[in-house]
Amino acid sequence: MKKHIINVLVENQFGVLAQIAGLFSSRGYNISSLIVGETEDPTLSRMTIVVEGNERVIEQVIKQLNKQIDVIKVVNLTHKDHIARELALVKVNATKQTRQEIITLASALKGDIVEVGKDFILIEFTGDEHTVENAIELMKNYGIKEMIKTGKVALSK
Amino acid sequence: MSYTGAQILMESLKSVGVEHIFGYPGGAVIPVFDVLNKTDFKFILTRHEQAAAHAADGYARITGKPGVVIVTSGPGATNTVTGIATANMDSSPIVVITGQVKTTLIGTDAFQEVDITGIVRPITKHRYLVKNIHDLPRIIKEAFYIASTGRPGPVLIDLPIDISLGTVEKFSIPDKVNLRGYKPNYKGHPLQIKKLAQAIKEAKRPIVYVGGGVKWSGATKELREFLEKTQIPVTSTLMGLGVIDPDYKYYLDMLGMHGTVYANLSINESDLIIAIGVRFDDRVTGKVETFAPNAKIAHIDIDSASISKIIKVDIPVVGDAKQILQELNKIVEPGDYSEWQQFVLKLKEENQLDLPHGDGRLHPQWIIKRTSDLTNGEVAIATDVGQHQMWVAQYYKFKYEKQLLTSGGLGTMGSGLPFAIGAAVAQLKERKPVIVFSGDGSIQMNIQELATIKHENLPVKIFILNNSYLGMVRQWQELFWNRNYSGTFLGTGTKYYPDFVKLAESYDIPAIRVFKEEEVDDAIRKALEYDGPYLIEFVIEKEENVFPMVPAGRGLTEIMRGMA
Repeated sequence: MKKHIINVLVENQFGVLAQIAGLFSSRGYNISSLIVGETEDPTLSRMTIVVEGNERVIEQVIKQLNKQIDVIKVVNLTHKDHIARELALVKVNATKQTRQEIITLASALKGDIVEVGKDFILIEFTGDEHTVENAIELMKNYGIKEMIKTGKVALSK
Repeated sequence: MSYTGAQILMESLKSVGVEHIFGYPGGAVIPVFDVLNKTDFKFILTRHEQAAAHAADGYARITGKPGVVIVTSGPGATNTVTGIATANMDSSPIVVITGQVKTTLIGTDAFQEVDITGIVRPITKHRYLVKNIHDLPRIIKEAFYIASTGRPGPVLIDLPIDISLGTVEKFSIPDKVNLRGYKPNYKGHPLQIKKLAQAIKEAKRPIVYVGGGVKWSGATKELREFLEKTQIPVTSTLMGLGVIDPDYKYYLDMLGMHGTVYANLSINESDLIIAIGVRFDDRVTGKVETFAPNAKIAHIDIDSASISKIIKVDIPVVGDAKQILQELNKIVEPGDYSEWQQFVLKLKEENQLDLPHGDGRLHPQWIIKRTSDLTNGEVAIATDVGQHQMWVAQYYKFKYEKQLLTSGGLGTMGSGLPFAIGAAVAQLKERKPVIVFSGDGSIQMNIQELATIKHENLPVKIFILNNSYLGMVRQWQELFWNRNYSGTFLGTGTKYYPDFVKLAESYDIPAIRVFKEEEVDDAIRKALEYDGPYLIEFVIEKEENVFPMVPAGRGLTEIMRGMA
C-alpha cells in the first residue's frame, strides 16, 4: 500500500481539525501523519495529511474530504511535482569522549545543534523523509534519550 | 428598538420560508419559546425529542422542504441523535436547533451541558455553535441552504442561552449564501451524458435501478419520460418506491434482500445497469462480488463520493438526476431490447409474490394488499422497521414520488409514528389521512406520540400488525439460528399483549381490534372515514415470514422463496 500526500485547504475555524480527524477514524482510513497550520490568509488553514491506501481508498478519502463544507480545496500531491519536509528533534546521549564526534556527524547530516548538555546533545534535523530518517538511524549508534518527529508539510512546486 | 437573539432566530426562520416547527422546551430554550408562541409558526409539541426529530424528517420527506426542530440542551439534544442519524442515512433535510448553556459555561460540565456539535459530527451534513449574536442570521441562512441543496441532509445549530437572550440594535439577514467550500454541482457533464446515451443504444439487456435520490431531486416526471421513451425494465430500492408508475409494463418492483425474484434475477442477467440516485447499499446488492456480473455500470448521482464507493462504475455522471435526465431525454435512443423485454416479462409472470389468504388465518400481506386497494395506492404511508416494513414495500402499490416514509438506511424502529406526524402536519390544510404501519415492537418505541396526534387532532391512522414478536429478528433466528428465539418474544402467552385498544383509549383515540380476514376491509374503511386519529390492532399470524429473501452476504440469485 502506497503512502499518499494530500494537501487540504480548510476554513480556519474551531472544530475543523476534529471533523477531519473524525472522518478518517470513522471510515477506517489510516493516517500516517497530519499537520495543520496557518497559511498566507488568516481565515484559512492548510493541512498536509499522509495517508496509506490503494488507489480506491485514496479516491474515497479525497471525495469524502471534498464533501466537508469547511474544506475548500483538496490536492493529492503524490503524483505532482512537490516539495515535502519534516523536522525531528533528537536528544542524543553524549559523553566527553563522543561529544565532538556527534557534533561533526550531525553537521555533516545538515543538523543544527540546538543545545549541548552535560550528558546529551539536542539536534534539529530538517529535510525530506530520507534525510531525516537517515540522520535518526545514525544517531541511534550513540543512544537516543528522547526524540520527536513531525509529519510532512508539503507544497506543490 | 433592540432585538434579542431569540427574536432574530424567529425572523431568520421566517425569511427562509419555515412554517412549522417541531420540538420540546427546556431550560436553555425558554427565551426561544417565550417568543415562539407570539409568531405565526405552527408549533407541534411532541412528547419526546427523538419524535420531534423524526417528525421534522417525515415533514421533509413528504414536502421536500427542510423540517425544523427546536429542543433544549443536554438530554434534549442527545434525544434527537437517533432522529438526526436516521435523516442523515436517508439524505433528509432537517435543521435541528439545540439550546446550549451560556458561552462562558461551555466546557465546565454545567447542568444540562453536552458537546452536541461533537456528538453529531459524523451524522450531520454540517453543524454550528453560535458564539456571536451577529452571526445568527447568516448561520440560519447557511444551515437551510446546506440542508436542502446538493445531497440533502441534517444540519445542527447549537444556540447558547446568552446568545438567545442577548440583544442588538439592528440586524440584517443576508440575501445570499457565500460558502467557498460548498458549491454543489447540478449539471451533469455533457460528454458523460453522451457516453451514457451511447451505452443505452448499444445495450441488449439494460435495466434501470432507481432510489431515494430520484425523490429528493424531484425527477420522477423526467424518469417516467425516459422509461416511456426507452421501454427499459426498471427496479427500485425501498427508498425509491413511488417514483415508478406501478402500471409501467416493465416495472419489476423492489430489488434486494426482500426484493422480487424477477427484479433480482433480471439484475443478474443484465448487461447495463443505469443506477440513478442510489448508493449500492448491502441490502440491495447482496454479495458485491457476484452483483450483476455481466453488466457495465452507469451511475447518476449528485454525491460524487457515492460513485465507485462499493462497486466500480464504468460511466459516472455526477449531478442532479432531474437535470441529467432532462438532457439525456433529448438525445437518448433505445436499442433493440425485444428479447430482453420478453425475458423479464416471463420472469415476472412466473415469479409473482404469494398472497396467502382465505385459510382462516389473518395474514399481514393480505391486510396491506387490501389497504393498497381500498386507498387506490394514493395515501401517504409511514412505516416502522421490520417485517411489516418489507410487507408494505412488497404489497402496497405506491403511485407518487413522496408517498412512502420509511427509515431505509438506519432502520430505526420507532420512527414510523413520528414520521406520520410530520406528514400529517405538512398536509394539514387538506386533512389528508396518513397511515402508519407498525409492529407491536416498533410502535412501543415512540408510543407516547399518541398524545401528540390526539392533541393536534391529526388524521393519523395507526395499523399495528401484532404478532407478539420482534418479527424480523425472530425470522432470522428461525431460519439461521436454529429457532433460538432469544430476546424476541414480546407477548405474555396466548393473549395479545399489550392491549393496544385500551392503550389508545387512554389517550382518547378510538381503536378496534381485528382477528379475522373478513373484518379487515370494514376496519380499514372505518379508520379512513373517521376525521382524526384512529388505531387498529391486527392480531396476525405469529410466525409469518417475509419472502422472498436473499440471506445476508449471499448473491442476489440465492433466493429463498419460502419455508423449505
